[in-house]
Amino acid sequence: MLELRDITAGYERRRPVVEGASLILRPGESLGLLGPSGCGKSTLARVAALLHRPDRGTVTVDGRTATGFRHRAPRSLRTAVGVVFQQPRLAADPRMRLRDLVAEPLRATGRRAEAAAAVAGLAERVGLGADLLDRRPHEVSDGQLQRACLARALVLRPRWLVCDEMTAMLDASTTAALVGVVEEYRADTGAGLLAVGHDPVLLRRWCDRTAHWKEITGPP
Amino acid sequence: MADPLTAPAWRPARGRRGRRPGRRASGLRLWVCAAVLAAAVLAVLLVPPLVRLDQQAVDLSARLLPPSPAHPFGTDDLGRDLLLRCVHGLRVSLLTGVVAALAATVVGTAVGAAAAALGGWTDRLAMRVVDGFASVPPLLLGVFAVALFRPGVWPVVVSVALTHWLSTARIVRAEVLSLKSRPFVDAAVSGGASRWRVTVRHLVPGVLPQAGLAAVLMVPHAVWHESALSFLGLGLPAHQASLGGLVQAGRGSLLAGAWWPTLFPGLFLIVPTLAVAGLAAAWRERLDPRRRSELIP
Repeated sequence: MLELRDITAGYERRRPVVEGASLILRPGESLGLLGPSGCGKSTLARVAALLHRPDRGTVTVDGRTATGFRHRAPRSLRTAVGVVFQQPRLAADPRMRLRDLVAEPLRATGRRAEAAAAVAGLAERVGLGADLLDRRPHEVSDGQLQRACLARALVLRPRWLVCDEMTAMLDASTTAALVGVVEEYRADTGAGLLAVGHDPVLLRRWCDRTAHWKEITGPP
Repeated sequence: MADPLTAPAWRPARGRRGRRPGRRASGLRLWVCAAVLAAAVLAVLLVPPLVRLDQQAVDLSARLLPPSPAHPFGTDDLGRDLLLRCVHGLRVSLLTGVVAALAATVVGTAVGAAAAALGGWTDRLAMRVVDGFASVPPLLLGVFAVALFRPGVWPVVVSVALTHWLSTARIVRAEVLSLKSRPFVDAAVSGGASRWRVTVRHLVPGVLPQAGLAAVLMVPHAVWHESALSFLGLGLPAHQASLGGLVQAGRGSLLAGAWWPTLFPGLFLIVPTLAVAGLAAAWRERLDPRRRSELIP
C-alpha cells in the first residue's frame, strides 16, 4: 500500500499548494491523477516520493510511515519509490554520461558491481543504443533523455513508481514506448503506479483507475 | 513632422567599433594578456636558476645608477641591479599570490558548499562567521595574522587566505543553493544518494567552473595584498626581494631624483596582475557571455 493521508504541503507556510489531499494505492494498482496545470499535482507527487516534507499529513509506504523526508527518510524507504520527472533536461545532471546517469542509483546504494549488467539490460528495455549511452544529456533529444531517466527510476527495481507528467514533453510514439516500458516492468514485478498528468485520454488508457484532483482533496 | 508611412521606421544600427566589434577586440586582448603572463612566468621560472648573478650583491660604487645597457632598470641605493631584483620580487609575489588564492578558494568552496548543502542552522552559522570576517577591514586582519608569526612567505599566505575566502564562500553558496533546487538533485535523493554523495557528486562539480574563475580573479588581489603587507614592512623579511618591499625601499630615493627604483617594481606589479585579470575576464565571458566583464574595459 502507498497511502497519503490528509496531506497539506507547499513552499511557504502560509500558502499551501496542496490542502488535505488523500489517496490510497493498493499493491500493483495504477492510479492516474488528473488535474489542471498549477493545481499542486507535482508537489503531491514529490511528497509521495518522499522528496518534499508536507506541513501536515502522513505518507505510508508498505506499512511503514515515513518519519522524515528527503535525506531524513531511511534509504530503503526512499528507494522503494521510483520517480520520473516531467522535464528530462532538468532531471539529468548535465555532467554525466547517460550510462553513469542510469547507474548512479546503484553506485549510490553500494551496488557498483551490478551496474554494468543492469545498465545494459535496462538500456535495451527502454530502447537506448550503446552509442547513446556514451553521450551527455545535451547531446541527446528530450525523448532519448527521458528514456534514460525512466531507466534510472527502474534500476533499483522500486515497488512503487511515480510518474510526474512523464510524457508531457514527448511525441506520441515515444509516449507509447515509455508507457509500454512502464507496463512491462509492472507486469514483471507487480509494482504500483501513480501517474500524474493532465491528459485524460492517455491516463484512462494507461491506468486501472483515474481520479480527478478535486476528488482527492478537500473535506474527506 | 515626418510622415510615418514614408519615413523609414528603422535603419540597421551600426556597431560603435565597426563590424563585430567585440570578438576581435577581446581576442586581441586575450592574446596580449596571455603573452604578457607567459613572459612573466617564464622569466620568473628561468631567470633565478639560470642567471648566476646574486640579486643581493651590494656594490656601493654603483649606487642609484639610472637605467643603462649594463643595468636596464638601473640600480638601487645599495647598488643592486633592479632588473634582477624585480624578477626575484615577482617570483616571490606570484608564488605567494597563487598559493594564497588556491588556499582561499579551497577554504571558500568548502565552507560555501557545506553551508548550502547542509542548510538550516549550519548555513546560518557559517554565513554569520563569513559576515564577521567581512566586517573586519581585510588589511587589519592581515596585519594581525602576520603579527602572530615570524616574517616569511607562509604567514603572508595565511593572511591572504584568511581575508580572501569570503567572497568565494558566498559565490559558491549561492550557486550550490540554486543547483540544490533542481530536479536532478531530487532524482539523486530518490535514488538513495546520501547527503555527502549529492554534495560531492552533483553539487560541487557544478560550481567548480565558478570557483576556478574566482581563484584566478583572486591571484591579482593576493599579489597586491602581499605587496601591501611588504610595503608596510609586515610581509617578507627585508633581504628577500618582493615587489611591495622594492617599492617601499625605492620610495626613499624618490626625493633624491631617482624614479627608477619605484617605477619598475611598480610596473612589475601592475602589468602581470592586469594580464591575469584580463585572462580571467576572457574566461568569464566564455562562461557567461551575457554578462560582459566590467573588469577590463
